[in-house]
Amino acid sequence: MSKLRIVFDRVRSEEKMLEEKAVELGHDTKMIDAKITQISTESRRSDFDFGDVVLERCVSYFRGLHFTACLEFLDVPVINKFVVANNCGNKMITSLLLKKHNVPTPKTYFSFSSETALENLERVGYPMVIKPVIGSWGRGVMALKDRDVADAIIEVRELSDGPLDRIYYLQEMVKRPPRDIRAIAVGDQVVAAMYRTSTGGFKTNIALGAEPVPCEITKELEDICFKASKAVGGGILGVDLMEDEKRGLLVHEVNNTVEFKGLAKVAKKNIPKEMIDFAVKSAIR
Amino acid sequence: MNCPECDAKLNVPDDATVGEIVSCPDCGADFEIASKNGSTCQLKHAEKVGEDWGE
Repeated sequence: MSKLRIVFDRVRSEEKMLEEKAVELGHDTKMIDAKITQISTESRRSDFDFGDVVLERCVSYFRGLHFTACLEFLDVPVINKFVVANNCGNKMITSLLLKKHNVPTPKTYFSFSSETALENLERVGYPMVIKPVIGSWGRGVMALKDRDVADAIIEVRELSDGPLDRIYYLQEMVKRPPRDIRAIAVGDQVVAAMYRTSTGGFKTNIALGAEPVPCEITKELEDICFKASKAVGGGILGVDLMEDEKRGLLVHEVNNTVEFKGLAKVAKKNIPKEMIDFAVKSAIR
Repeated sequence: MNCPECDAKLNVPDDATVGEIVSCPDCGADFEIASKNGSTCQLKHAEKVGEDWGE
């Protein structure tokens, strides 16, 4: 039996499933609300009850990332590690790491001003996809079909002028069926996978209503997910893939606090159990 | 218990836990369960969905 802690800021079905399964497996399990936990440079691990290992499950990316930094400062084993959360939370860093580690990934272009973003678009050609470097659930992901659309979207970005709005992440529009694949990688295993079919637009996020359909875990899928997981530092990850007409599977995102409510209903393996077993084993190592 | 915004009756499931969100069926306001003692809950306004929310 291990002492497992689940750090949350909002309890979703996933956190409830993890807690229930951990209790069922006999682990001493507690939920810790990040919003009301105070940590300082003077804190010690013994001041808290963070147990043997923490599963960081905050829905707010920055809250989870900074909380993870505090946990690692206290020498508390945490899944996922700070470096992994940082690598996955920023799409530009993820794309660079995937390419660097020879994981097939869509061609992606980076610009650091509106002028060079437009130059990049004119040079590479339309259509392309613009994505915020930090963000989830398909938020702010837009198809740039022509110069007029690009001008409008870039102008809006300039007006909003957030610090990350100056980082332009422009990705090729991959020729693929109207679906993508979400695979859940736990350590070196793919424990579940599903197709997410678009409900009309080009986005395939479940959060936007895409339909989940079970997907067979082939050797090709397993191999590419393992490489993608390794590229970002490993752990419990949601790997998103597209099926390119010519190049086959391409990894376009790796998610750090993977949601699995829909997939858990159709998966052959018990996803919360796989995650808890992995976390407990990681703490022992 | 009643909605702190509009006083409509709020339905908090028995198995709801601290950190879960309950929504008022009348006014649509979202509340987070801040603490729970048997059938008595303390609610606080739920955070709005942030730009960095997600996976």
